[in-house]
Amino acid sequence: MGQHQVNKTIQEINERIRKGKAVVVNAQEMIEIVRRQGKVAAAREVDVVTTGTFSPMCSSGLLFNIGQQPPVMKVSKLWLNNVPCYSGIAAVDAYLGCTEPSEDDPLNKVHPGRFVYGGGHVMEDLLRGKAVHLRAEAYGTDCYPRRELDKDITLADLPSAVMLNPRNCYQNYNCAVNLTSRTIYTYMGPLKSNCSNANFATAGQISPLFNDPFLKTIGLGTRIFLGGGIGYVIGAGTQHVSKPQRNERGLPENPSGTLMLKGDFKQMDARYVRGQSLLGYGVSLAVGVGIPIPMLNEEMAHFTGVCDADITMPVKDYGYDYPNGISRQLTRVTFEELRSGEITVNGKKTSTVPLTSYAMSLEVADELKKWIERGEFMLTEKVEDIPSF
Amino acid sequence: MQDIVKGFRKIVYLSFPPEVSGRPVVCNLTRLFDLSFNILKADISPRHEGTMTLEVSGLEESFHKGIGYLKENGIRITPVAHKIFRNEESCIHCGMCTAMCPTDALMLDPGTRLVIFDVDKCSACGMCTRVCPVKAMTLDLKDDRN
Repeated sequence: MGQHQVNKTIQEINERIRKGKAVVVNAQEMIEIVRRQGKVAAAREVDVVTTGTFSPMCSSGLLFNIGQQPPVMKVSKLWLNNVPCYSGIAAVDAYLGCTEPSEDDPLNKVHPGRFVYGGGHVMEDLLRGKAVHLRAEAYGTDCYPRRELDKDITLADLPSAVMLNPRNCYQNYNCAVNLTSRTIYTYMGPLKSNCSNANFATAGQISPLFNDPFLKTIGLGTRIFLGGGIGYVIGAGTQHVSKPQRNERGLPENPSGTLMLKGDFKQMDARYVRGQSLLGYGVSLAVGVGIPIPMLNEEMAHFTGVCDADITMPVKDYGYDYPNGISRQLTRVTFEELRSGEITVNGKKTSTVPLTSYAMSLEVADELKKWIERGEFMLTEKVEDIPSF
Repeated sequence: MQDIVKGFRKIVYLSFPPEVSGRPVVCNLTRLFDLSFNILKADISPRHEGTMTLEVSGLEESFHKGIGYLKENGIRITPVAHKIFRNEESCIHCGMCTAMCPTDALMLDPGTRLVIFDVDKCSACGMCTRVCPVKAMTLDLKDDRN
């Protein structure tokens, strides 16, 4: 690593946050600052850049404990509002995955299924303070004799509840089109026939991992905004790609880096944790995640100066190629083109459809900015790196 | 078509009782009142009740006369704006609905990145109610089956 002209430490930045003197900007504001003043001056002036995203993140869920009610029980099967939870952990621990549909859901029997209720919706209901029906079965042991449990609970009744997301914050993603002659319903939303619409995700220039493409400041132990409360990065997410193909700016060209996250569910806000029903596909959860990037040096200022025109995405066919595991890339488009409302694929004009709420993503970044400005949120030093080259 | 649309233009939802659904009534909007119409959606139930979403354009005065004529003939008129709703609390402005909206009533504002819902353009087809991941769009179909 070369010598930097600006060298700050997280301790120094935290000292400024504590004194209320830290300069905090969101990732959108940072673009203009770097463009106007250059990366060195920007790194001197700004202490923290806040990023944000609010998008369906299917690999999310809730790890919880239901407590005991004598006679005590070792749960073998458990449902919340008829959504099955995994209970093969200890006596009364369980994990609710956000993509688990309600047990009596008609699924895709009549295509496209509507997937009205599932794990993601249970999580949102709990945060809204609603009562949720808990049903559990057990085979009974000498020490845990109870066989059944049937009662209504609220979030306050759970002794512990932790949001635990194995894979969030995908760094870059595919833009999806459909080259077949019928409408299809995918996890990327509805795709009309003959490449009539191109659906894309991520918050682009304000998305966390586009602002720190080599994960220089993000690692195990990084404190973040998660679902309206405080959370932590606990390592690389599943399917993390540590050595992706990168452009000249260091931005990955394909889906690559991912994060595993956790946070105290009881602190969270339903505004940033929303159950989703994806027509013909299934249930998911939109999660708001905001990550602060400390301006340790001008290199970080350069990275956080990323704008939509710097980001390119592969366009892929979800009609035939994706379901058959063919990784053909139809074309590449910049995020700026995607946000303009129209791109050209195979010589045809195709309207673009976002799946990630930019307005809500920016709100997450601004909320985190407020916390830091008020001195309520201190940055943490990562304890372990997430490999990213 | 754009030329005709100049002046007054409105999308209405018509409900026909069984005794009227067999008669040609809508064409008289043109013959008697010099209005243009575009049928966006039409359906007749097994009980011979009919429903139609109609975009009507012409002079405002003629429009009101034409609507009066339809009412005299026993047709119930509901402005489309009264049939479709967006729950503003629930909408997260992701933009997924814009994929299916056939009339561009749901559009992304390029500046604010918020989804604009222009009810005047809406034909109440209901596609958005099916694709909205947070079920923020609802279609009131109470009038359909009486």
